[in-house]
This record gives sequence, C-alpha cells and structure tokens, in this order.
Amino acid sequence: MRTTSSSRRFAVISSAVVASLVLAACGGDDDGDDDGDGAEGTAGGSLVFGASADPIILDGALFSDGESARPTYQIFEGLVGTEEGGTEIVPVLAESWEPSEDGLEWTFNLRQGVTFHDGTDFNAEAVCFNFERWYNFEGVMQSPAVTYYWNTVMGGFSDGAIPSLYAGCEATDESTAVISLTRPSSAFISALQMPSFRIASPTALEEGNADAVGGTEESPAFEGTFGYENPAGTGPFRFESWERGSNLTLVRYEDYWGEPAQLDEIIFTVIPDGPARRQALEAGDIDGYDLVDPADAEALEGAGFQIMLRPAFNVGYVGFQQNDPPFENINIRKAIAHAINKENLIQTNYPEGTEIATQFMPPELFGWADDVTVYDYDPEEAQRLIAESGVTDLTLEFWYPTDVSRPYMPNPQANWELITADLEAVGFTVTPMTAPWNPDYLDAQSTGGTPMFLLGWTGDFGDPDNFIGTFFQTVNPQFGNFENPEIFAKLDEAEAETDPDRRTELYQEANRLIADFVPGVPYVHNQPAVAFAEGISGYVPGPLNNESFAAVTVE
Amino acid sequence: MLRFVVRRLLQLGPILLGLSLLLFVWLRALPGGPAAALLGERATPEAVARIEELYGLDQPWYVQYWKFLVNAVRLDFGNSSKTNRPVVEEMLRTFPATIELGTAALIFAIGIGVPLGYFAARRYGRWLDNLSVSGSLLGVAVPVFFLAYILKYVFAVRLGWLPTGGRQDPRMDAEHPTGFYVLDGIVTANPAASLDAIVHLILPAIALGAIPLAIIVRITRASVLDVVHEDYVRTAEAKGLYERTITRRHVLRNALLPVVTVIGLTAGLLFSGAILTETVFAWDGVGRFVYEAIGNRDYAVLQGFILMIAILYVLVNLAVDVSYGLIDPRVRVQ
Repeated sequence: MRTTSSSRRFAVISSAVVASLVLAACGGDDDGDDDGDGAEGTAGGSLVFGASADPIILDGALFSDGESARPTYQIFEGLVGTEEGGTEIVPVLAESWEPSEDGLEWTFNLRQGVTFHDGTDFNAEAVCFNFERWYNFEGVMQSPAVTYYWNTVMGGFSDGAIPSLYAGCEATDESTAVISLTRPSSAFISALQMPSFRIASPTALEEGNADAVGGTEESPAFEGTFGYENPAGTGPFRFESWERGSNLTLVRYEDYWGEPAQLDEIIFTVIPDGPARRQALEAGDIDGYDLVDPADAEALEGAGFQIMLRPAFNVGYVGFQQNDPPFENINIRKAIAHAINKENLIQTNYPEGTEIATQFMPPELFGWADDVTVYDYDPEEAQRLIAESGVTDLTLEFWYPTDVSRPYMPNPQANWELITADLEAVGFTVTPMTAPWNPDYLDAQSTGGTPMFLLGWTGDFGDPDNFIGTFFQTVNPQFGNFENPEIFAKLDEAEAETDPDRRTELYQEANRLIADFVPGVPYVHNQPAVAFAEGISGYVPGPLNNESFAAVTVE
Repeated sequence: MLRFVVRRLLQLGPILLGLSLLLFVWLRALPGGPAAALLGERATPEAVARIEELYGLDQPWYVQYWKFLVNAVRLDFGNSSKTNRPVVEEMLRTFPATIELGTAALIFAIGIGVPLGYFAARRYGRWLDNLSVSGSLLGVAVPVFFLAYILKYVFAVRLGWLPTGGRQDPRMDAEHPTGFYVLDGIVTANPAASLDAIVHLILPAIALGAIPLAIIVRITRASVLDVVHEDYVRTAEAKGLYERTITRRHVLRNALLPVVTVIGLTAGLLFSGAILTETVFAWDGVGRFVYEAIGNRDYAVLQGFILMIAILYVLVNLAVDVSYGLIDPRVRVQ
C-alpha cells in the first residue's frame, strides 16, 4: 500500500521538477522499498504506526502517558507481564515467583541467558540495581508528574518523607532476586508489568547518566541521554533513532531470548490530530493507529480496514458528593441509579460491543462479582424511592466536561443529555453545569466542587486495587469524603491478601458492599478501537494497552 | 540607515519587557496549572500541591517573574514542565520547521500573488481581473483549517498524489543537521530527501499561504492600478519605451511599496495560521507545539516561545522597513 502511494506521488511530482532530481528521488524510493519488503510478506518489513503524541522519554520510570509506554513496551520487559490480550500475570524475565507467608518478601527466580541490548547480562544484580535506582530518586524525580506510578504503587522514596511499600532488594544469587515490602500487598505483583517497573541495563543507565537532572528547582530538566539516545532493555525490539516530535524507529533485536520479532522495524510517527490519523491510514501513509474515534470505526471497516476492539478496561460513572443534599440520602442515590436507562444510553452513544457496567471495575478483572445488586432501568421504582426518601427539593446540580473525549465517554455532553432526560422523567430538576475538562472540570471534581458529575477511569494495571482501591479504599473528596469503614477495611484486607483465591473473594465482597452503598452509578465499559491496514496481522490488542509488536507481520 | 536599524533594535528591549510581564501575569491568571494538566483524572489535591511545591509554583508571582527575567537575559527560558527538556532545545527543533513552512507559504503567495495582481490590473475589468478578485475574496473568506482539510482530502486521501502530513516520509533515510529539511537534503548530498521534503511542503504551504496570497493579489492589483495612471508612466509610454522596461522600472518598483508592507505584516500572521495548518498536517513546528503547551499550561514554553515569536515579528518588520530603502530611494533620503 505504502509503495503504491509513494509511486503515484513521485509520478505526479516528476512532471514538475527537473529530471535529475526525479531520477535521484526514484533511486531513493527504491532504497526504501528494499528496506521494507523483507522476506515474502511474513517475516521482515517495516510498520509505520500513527501515535497521537511524541513520547516524553523512553525511560519507563519517568513517565505515565500511553504514547511513551507504547514503544517502551517493545524495548523493555518486566519481571512479569500479562497474557496476550488479557490481564492475567505471566512470567517474563522472572520464570517464577513466590511470596513469603507474611507477604513481605517476594522471591523471583530469573530467566537465564538473557542479555540487554547493549550486551550487558541480565541477572539479579540488574534487577536490584533498577529497584534501588527508583527507590533512591531525589528532588523533582519524586514528583508525581515524573514518577507517577512509583508514587501510586510504592508510595514514598528512601528519604522516608512518605512511607514506602518498597523495603529493599537482595540478589541472593545470579538468578534469584528477593524484593522486600514494608507491608503485605498483592497489587504489587500486578503493577510490576507496567513500564515503570521494567528492567533496564544498569550499564546503559550509568553511561547515559539516567538520573541527571539539571535546570533549577522551579524548572528542572532531564540531562541524561539514556531515555533519549540509548534506552537499552531486553525486549524484542531495540532503539534505533528518534527524530523528536516526528518519528521514533525501533529495529528487531537479533539476540532476543524468546521468539524473535517478525518485523525488521517499527516506526512510530506523530500525528496528534485524530482525523489526520484516519486520513493518513486511508492514504497509506501509516499502517495502523490507536484511539480510533468511534464515529470513524464503522466507515474504516466498510472501506476494508481492520478494526480491532480492545477489551474494555475502563469504567464510566455518575459520581455524587455525598456530603451535599440530596445525595446524603441513599434512597435518592438508588432512585438515580434506577432512573438512568443505561441500555439506551449505550445503544445511542457508544459503538457496538460496549458493555453495561454494574460495578466500578470491568468484568475482565478478577474480583468482579456476578451477584451484586443491579439497578435496572425502572422509572416507577425510582419514583417510589424518591417518595420514600422524604426529600422535597429534587434539584440536582449535574456537571459534564467540555473539550474532551475519553475512552469511557467519547461525547460527555451526549451522555449528559440522555441521563438528564431520564432524571427529569422521574421528577428531578436538573441544573446544567459545565466546565472545560482541563483544568477547570478536573479541579472542581477532585476538590468536591461538583455535586453530581460525569467521570470515569482507565485502568493502569490488572488489579482491582487500581479501580475500586483507587476510588474507595480511603476518604476521597471526589465522592464527597464519605466514610464507610466496612468498605475501607474490606479493601485493605484484599490488598494485603497473598492467596489469589481469597483475594478474589474479598474483592467480590467489596464490590457487593459498594453496589449496596451506591457511591455513584457505574454505567459503561467501552471498548476502544485500533485500526490497521489490510495485510497487517499478529496484533492482539490487550486491555492494558501493553501489547507487543513482536508477532506482527506485514504483507 | 544604520542609526535607524540600531534605534529600532533598541526599541525591542522595552517591547519585550512589557510583553514578558503581560504574558507572565496572563498565564498565571489562567485557571488551573501544569500539575492538573499533567495528571488529568489522577490529579488529587495532594499530588497537585506536591508538584507545585517542587516546581516553585507556590511562590508569589513577582518572585517567579524575577527569576524568569534573570534567566531569560542569559537566554535560558527554563524547561518544559511536560517534556522536562530545555525550552531553547525545543525552539531549535520547532522553529526551523515553521520557518521552512512559512517561507514556502510566502514563496507560494508572492510568486503567484504579485504576477496575478499585476496582470489583473493590466487587464482591468476583463476575465482574468474578475477571476483574481473573486478568487482572492474566496481565499480570505475560507478558514485555514477547512482549506487544509479539503486540500488534504482531495490531493492526499482521494488522489494519493501528495502525503497527508509530516515533514518527510518516516522511512526516508535522511539526516537533519540544520532542521530545515529541504536544505538538509542539499547539505548532505541527498537530493531524494530534499525532494521528499518539498513534496511534503506543498499542501501545507498552499493552505498556509492562501490568505497571504489573496491579500497580496488585491494589494498588488490596487497599487498597480494607482501607478499605471500616474503621469510618469504616461510620459514613459509617450517616450516610446518598451512595455517591459516601463513595468520593471516605473510600475512595479512604485507599486511594490505597499505590497512589501503587507508581506511584512503577513509574515508575522503566518505564525498564528501555522497553529491550524501544523495541526492538520502533523507538522512538528512552533504552532503545534505552542497549541499543545496551552493545553498543558506549560508556562516556560509559552513564555519563551511567544517572546521569540515577538522578536521574529519585530525583526521581519525591520527587514521590511529596510527593504523600503532598496525599492524606493526617496525613503533613504528621508
């Protein structure tokens, strides 16, 4: 497809430029084709993938955005990973692992014969080097804007200003690393698949001065070259070049320990505008892109492009400030849950394949319970609950954000309109409130300034702790600082439990308690789409956006 | 002339100082801050407070402004809160892209606009004149982003003649020592890379150059119409001079003065037009970068880039003033 497009272009231009230039250009084009075709359409070739933004840095510890994560997943590997297309944790650089009985020590038995892209051997020392590096970050490196996931999963750093979950790492022999925690946490193992916990070559980190920060305290700057020029991991692709703001090129790592990558190279090219990404795919300038607008998916599929749905790993919900009337009254919360016609909302505003949510976490995740209290669409029951509540002022200040499209709410205003119509049909009076998503809306909702609001969450790692643990394990201003010791305690217990079956039960119990308490109304799990040109195969979208391109082939 | 240039350059100081103060106050008056912009849904009040403390954003604005001024004098505009890279480095990356695009747009606008305006005036009231007048009206009226989408849809998506965006084919083996891709191809003796860069320039340059083209056509036409009825042109014709000589020496030279003024003003406007064009054509330039920085509340980038755009704007207009002297000797005398 790409070659055809290029040829047509050069044919047209050739009439307008001097002959010598054209001849030279044709030579260049031929060179490009030689690079791209490889062996007979299966192994080899190159793939151009449209990214919505340039990566910030290719050092997993120092970013939290998806476009930095995508190439990082190809270059680096963690001790653990996830099954293809799912969230279940599987071995990668660790062949097996085991927690101690008290859940405070995790012993990892490491894969042998693995080398980093710079030739350094992978071993237990390398694992501990990485963990100790993250734990000893200082100054601005501790900022949640830089090391968000260490902050989220581990808490504090070695300076002890904030307690840390991480206690230490010991390389007991070449292939055994023991990681100690300050308290039992099973979410820890699920989090290790994230880019923030992927293992980099200690040699490359040191040579690239990865932790050097310059500038001033007010305005720090990364000064090392590791994350820009020499990010060396153990993954199936290694770094080749990065034209910042335009193209990032990765090439196959020939000494990969597992099944080598099929492609010779992947090029991530930056196209921030959504419609521009679609047009680039249609014109053959790129071979695929993520974050396909739901409105484009059907048209692209009709035109012969492949549309793949990513398993839902998000939740859209209506939240309440439970300190404010009338939401302090549980019957009002239940009445709202019954008043919303979720099925109609999803059929009207979401693409095919979207699921109705009953809980604040997707069904793909362990701990999801199939027997929680479900609030079906029932306007009469809603009216009965309103009458029973005794509340007379039925005015709801209901907020939605503008200037934003999220996977769980592609068009917030459209959702708001349908929900408002449902609420007014059962007797509520809705006061419309709106603000630009960034930063007014986010500021308002995170500080409790939005009595009733639309929001959602996309998971970072495959653990219920990252969904209901984030929302409900402690007092949260977003939900009106409600205190429900039973839910808090259940989530604490579930996080600490090391037995997988018991953890699943505990999270199921927590989901039942949450559904009964109605801190908000979850209504949707959307499936974002990925688009590819014809002839691209082997790509399996996963819920965590962490898929490898190693098995991808081009025809 | 030299004294004139020096005086204009000295005026730049107070202009930039005032602009930087306005910018500083305006940016901080915007609701929200970089912390909330960076974290999105994950912006808890604790995380926001911690980021503001680490970046010194919790200090009074005048303290922050003083530090900014001291650093700016040393050409250190701080670092982007989004990428944690020096603003100067981001400038070196993005300004060549926009200057290359702007230059191509101006070449397109001047190369077509001046001859078209001239011939429209010389054929006043005939079909070429009517076509150029209505065409230029359309050029001014059509929004840049709409024109950009239409051009892209027709010539890139439907016909496949030109690329949909970017500055170069991602698979092109090319080096970029200067950041000006067309020039880079020449410097590195890689004509295929130069040609590919030119091919990528065509659609965005047309989209960005459409409004300047329309303005230049209209101004040139009006100015030529004024000049051709001057006594000295009639005298030249009566003397029996060749038409070519009359055009070059008497008509164009006098008619171009207002055109050059407009070109100077238009060159500055190209930066604002570039925001839309660069977004539509995935062009990694100043416009796109500043647009994203506004969303990210990236104070350092916005301050540094807007000041640099202001400097360029002043310098371009200074160059225009200087060029008056070359076109019209009377200006030199004055």
